[in-house]
Amino acid sequence: MLEYRAEIALWALSGVLPLIMLGVWQNSGAASQAGWSPDQLRHYFVAAFLVRQFSVVWLIHVFEEDVVSGKLSPFLLQPLQPLWRYFAAHVAEQATRIPFVALMLLALAWMNPALLWLPSLQNLTLGIAAIWGAFLLRFLLQTLSSTLCFWSERAAALDRLLVIPYLFLSGLVAPLDTFPPAIKTVALATPFPAMVDFPARLLAGLPVDLSAGFLSLMFWCGVLSPLCWLSWRRGLRRYGAMGA
Amino acid sequence: MSAQSSAIVLAQGLSKTYRIAEKQPGLKGTFRHLLRRRYRDLEAVKGIHFAIEEGEMVGFLGPNGAGKTTTLKMLSGLIHPSGGELLVAGARPQRRQAGFLQDITLVMGNKQQLIWDLPPWDSIRVNAAVYGIPEGVMQRRVRELADLLELGEELHRPVRKLSLGQRMKAELLTSLLHEPRVLFLDEPTLGLDVTAQGRVRDFLATYNRRTGATILLTSHYMGDITALCERVLLIHEGSLFHDGPLGELTSRLAPHRQVRLELQHAQPREVFESFGTVESHQEHQVQLLVPREQLTETVAALLGRFDVLDLEVSDPPIEDLMRSLFQQAGVSET
Repeated sequence: MLEYRAEIALWALSGVLPLIMLGVWQNSGAASQAGWSPDQLRHYFVAAFLVRQFSVVWLIHVFEEDVVSGKLSPFLLQPLQPLWRYFAAHVAEQATRIPFVALMLLALAWMNPALLWLPSLQNLTLGIAAIWGAFLLRFLLQTLSSTLCFWSERAAALDRLLVIPYLFLSGLVAPLDTFPPAIKTVALATPFPAMVDFPARLLAGLPVDLSAGFLSLMFWCGVLSPLCWLSWRRGLRRYGAMGA
Repeated sequence: MSAQSSAIVLAQGLSKTYRIAEKQPGLKGTFRHLLRRRYRDLEAVKGIHFAIEEGEMVGFLGPNGAGKTTTLKMLSGLIHPSGGELLVAGARPQRRQAGFLQDITLVMGNKQQLIWDLPPWDSIRVNAAVYGIPEGVMQRRVRELADLLELGEELHRPVRKLSLGQRMKAELLTSLLHEPRVLFLDEPTLGLDVTAQGRVRDFLATYNRRTGATILLTSHYMGDITALCERVLLIHEGSLFHDGPLGELTSRLAPHRQVRLELQHAQPREVFESFGTVESHQEHQVQLLVPREQLTETVAALLGRFDVLDLEVSDPPIEDLMRSLFQQAGVSET
């Protein structure tokens, strides 16, 4: 079991992109371009790091393997929608991540105490709710991509196409407030800002449109849920239970 | 469907056609496959009919690629039939309704549901939660099944550290936790040694007797079928070749019976040729193949003409009959 915990620790370490981006942007004048203080920029990227840690979705990688190898079959024989198993596995993995993420935060505080802050109870509660919403949205989006595994044996490759817009339009690489207004408007019309920018701002105590953020999460989850259901039903008809 | 409505498994005109993309080898074939893909339809199951009554144990036989596993996948709702009607435990399997899934199980010798890195007990607990089995009931069922399967501390060891036989027994236990009414078993003794095969067979026979569960079993080991199933379905190239008692299949495949004689006085081979086909001949021992309908008169004639010390009449081994059938069809059995 030690190996599995070490694996999760390595995954947690691999999610440090926001901290790298903080290193890139903190001396570039990005804070003033966004109208933020240097501390706010630091807090935004640390919050983005936390959001990313607890909204990671790896469904398609296991689902593709399970469909191609027929490992999905035993799950289909049980009176439980198989997606719940994957969902539960994600939640369990998030819980296992908590101590590793706490250790990483302690390491950050040791290196530079100004990187950390104490959010208000309201911001913390809403931030956690927004992270869960972001996780749910990412899970649904990847569920939709995963159902393509019923048609293509390499649906994970198609899902990788979504990584680029996710990186740039979510606010993971740069805060949305540093974008030119036209690009920011386009970004806000997509589900991606709700996946990082919105929960990160909430946690960091930055100005945020609370109702717009939660409405965006609900809207996109509402759009994706029936699409996932439809695609699952159609796809299942094509499932050949190969290898089983 | 109403004529055989008491059947727990009912297939009428059941068929399955797979659409398969064909690719020629080499770079040219790859480009052609990319630009102008060609498909062909493969009829894995061709309109088969059968009905199984509650509590029956039925053997499902056929060479590799005959359509056995495809049929089992349709019966368990894993894949959708291309045509025909199918009812299992009163439900259409492809709808995968919760009530239907509570009533069935499919155990595949080459696939497992046990979580590889955890002990079987953890998988058992997950299954108990999925099927909504209360703790006390689960403990009792595990105790009973573990006794029958002779499983003990193996349930507490990680699955990856169990032998193949122990894994299959743990797999059976986990699959039967919800007490399904219909068991579909696809090669449950695959790769097991003779002792483990025997234990699994004994367990299945006892389970069927105790619970009255219906069992449809595929196996390449004829021993499984002869030990457990009075009735067999023989499928070949997607069509049902035989549905009836095992003995009837033997008669159908082998219109002759074997007659072995031990004689007091040696006789030349030629004198036996008028009684049947001489399979082997030694001085005092003769083995003949006699048409079934002439058996009684032939045996009487043999006893009247020669001083017979011992006489034995038997069917040729079922393994030989199946092998010969599959070889005739140009398919080799593994």
